[in-house]
Amino acid sequence: MDITIHTSFLPHDDPDASLAFYRDVLGFEVRSDVGQGRMRWITVGPAGQPDTSILLAPPAADPGVTEDERRTITEMMAKGTYGWILLATPDLDATFEKVQAGDAEVVQEPTEQPYGIRDCAFRDPAGNLVRIQELR
Amino acid sequence: MCQLAWRRARVQAQRLADLARLRRVRDRIDREYAQPLNVEALARDVNMSAGHLSRQFRAAYGESPYSYLMTRRIERATALLRRGDLSVTEVCFAVGCASLGTFTTRFTELVGIPPGVFRRRAAEAADYVDAAGTAGDAGSAVTVEGMPACVAKQVTRPVRNREAPAAEQPLA
Repeated sequence: MDITIHTSFLPHDDPDASLAFYRDVLGFEVRSDVGQGRMRWITVGPAGQPDTSILLAPPAADPGVTEDERRTITEMMAKGTYGWILLATPDLDATFEKVQAGDAEVVQEPTEQPYGIRDCAFRDPAGNLVRIQELR
Repeated sequence: MCQLAWRRARVQAQRLADLARLRRVRDRIDREYAQPLNVEALARDVNMSAGHLSRQFRAAYGESPYSYLMTRRIERATALLRRGDLSVTEVCFAVGCASLGTFTTRFTELVGIPPGVFRRRAAEAADYVDAAGTAGDAGSAVTVEGMPACVAKQVTRPVRNREAPAAEQPLA
């Protein structure tokens, strides 16, 4: 089998704010942007890596999601316990400085972890946790 | 009826805004746990009283901001103690605890053994690993080798109200 991880998903609650974070702060390219209002599906990814994308999507858009479930999801997003992603970069310190300068909410400064990695963490505008670890 | 729906929407929007404020408090604890943080200062920053913040935070996250802060500090302390180059007192201050007594008490509650014993065992385990030439995890009950870091972080994290069972490993 030859399977790649093509697209993963993160929810947004304000498409323009999320777009600004992934495009302008993380420097991702925008590969598609469909829908309107809060119902927007925006595909972003790192330049030079067309095989891997993140889809920024409205949460609970599936009509099978009940009103209670929708409320739970939006509350979990607001309190920061719903979506997360793990990114990596060869130069963690430079990346941290740039993202921090872009006014992102810092959750953790670059830290050596006991399990053998060094990483930092930010919040995206929708409350998703974005961890970035150092490639070494 | 339309007005009722509107009012409900407004209440929900306020609730989400409140939760986002609590998230910022929690993130600040994660970011600045090594600073001399206290609940009054955290509350002031988000325009809440200390009592209101504590109640709201507990309702959202299941523990008080103070408890979350101490858990975060103990979590980091276990990492620093495993390194072996810092004393218990140095680690206590490095993670933002001003009182060695409070630090030792909470550490023992969460980890199951006092920090000094933890440090010694971690050193012994590291020696053992060095001698055997095999990979292992010093001083922890779980092996995190090969786990994604974020998962390892969650499994090794001390958990509030899940204090280590007493006398799990009898002291020598």
